Amino acid sequence: MSYFAFLSEHGPTMLLGTVTTIKVLICSTILYVIISLIFGLMRLSKNPIIQGTATVYIEFFRGTSLLVQLFWFYYVLPFFGLTLEAFTAGVVAIGMNFGAYGAEIVRGGVLAVPKGQWEGAFALNFTPAKRMRKIIIPQIFPIILPPAANLTVELLKATALVALVTVVDLTFEAKQINSITWLSAQCFGTALLIYYIISRFFLVPFLRWLEVLAAKKVGKEKA
Amino acid sequence: MNAEWRWDFAIEILPQMLWATLNTILAAGIGYAIAAVVGLLFLLGQRTPIKIINMANREIVEFIRSTPLLIQLFFVYFVLPQFGITLSAWVCGMITIGLHFGTYLSEVYRGALEGVPKTQWEACRALNFSMFYTYRKIVLPQAFPIAIPGMGNYLVGIFKDTPLLSTIGVAELFHAATAVGGYHYRYLEPYTIVGIIFLTLSIPAAIWIRKIEKNVNLSQGKIKKEQI
Repeated sequence: MSYFAFLSEHGPTMLLGTVTTIKVLICSTILYVIISLIFGLMRLSKNPIIQGTATVYIEFFRGTSLLVQLFWFYYVLPFFGLTLEAFTAGVVAIGMNFGAYGAEIVRGGVLAVPKGQWEGAFALNFTPAKRMRKIIIPQIFPIILPPAANLTVELLKATALVALVTVVDLTFEAKQINSITWLSAQCFGTALLIYYIISRFFLVPFLRWLEVLAAKKVGKEKA
Repeated sequence: MNAEWRWDFAIEILPQMLWATLNTILAAGIGYAIAAVVGLLFLLGQRTPIKIINMANREIVEFIRSTPLLIQLFFVYFVLPQFGITLSAWVCGMITIGLHFGTYLSEVYRGALEGVPKTQWEACRALNFSMFYTYRKIVLPQAFPIAIPGMGNYLVGIFKDTPLLSTIGVAELFHAATAVGGYHYRYLEPYTIVGIIFLTLSIPAAIWIRKIEKNVNLSQGKIKKEQI
């Protein structure tokens, strides 16, 4: 069977899987961005309870493997009466895991904002909330976006794991087709290529564009 | 199914799990050793003066880095037999992890080499040291401390990615948990124990790496002070 015959027969199935992969990617990215912002700021709180909660959360999710967390969410939570759909479990596990990594990036970004900005806001008698909202947070984006972009590419790769809890994504489809046709080189090769194309030609350019945008925005505000 | 944690069951399966943990540690260790060497090869490819090798190297690294380890595992495991090479799941897993993390480690090495100030290279050139002597006596001793945090992080990273090996049938910790869970149809205890074992191994490792990182930063700070 030539490769083109393979593509025409199984290409549509794989594309369907790709759509699911992209859905998982988008949902878990949104979740991880929200979690990293919240826990990154909590980590910087002076209140020991808030800071402790964030530290425990971050260490817990960074200390165990994503696959273990994923299986825990999918197979163990039903024991406690909370049954998640495979898709939800996948998105929540990936989002919470990467949120822990992202929180550390956010923390680093806030600490990297020049001290003069803090002092300036203090001198202008801004309340702490206003200082964070108007001065510090807008400035962390150009600092945190490059490492966050790396993390997001990692997240795209991690979405492959949801196939193991029966989400019908690209990896799942590739495995299915492999078990029917035994054309392993074609189906896994195609899957690898699709992931590569998503990352190289869509995700990375988009993240670079965001970086440029964020840098420009801060530059404009400075002028 | 009820949410009750059964201690007797947990204690019953614990020896089996601890035994499988040894396999996980072994897999992480071997995978890391291969990755460290592969990383050096990629670094060589990057630093050779031949343009074509440079470009090919960059594309290969980029490709490996932006595709999921899981599918790479499947690819190696299922495709090599088609070409008449049948390897055990262990060997496939180790090769794939070595290749995948080798690309990351090559970046760590590159960053460490670039972290050595240019003046050090120029001084070696001025003193007419040979290339070998320059690397052995001047550059590597300074590059190594810079590389330690990154290398440590990827050691923990490999350790946390070893559960993926269970998908191709390597009998490590996660594989054991799934097997035990499937046999007794109780997943609460096995998966929770796996999580606890991972935590108890990776948090001390992370703290230890952070400590080394701090020491390295301190020593680098000292160097800077003396230079001024």
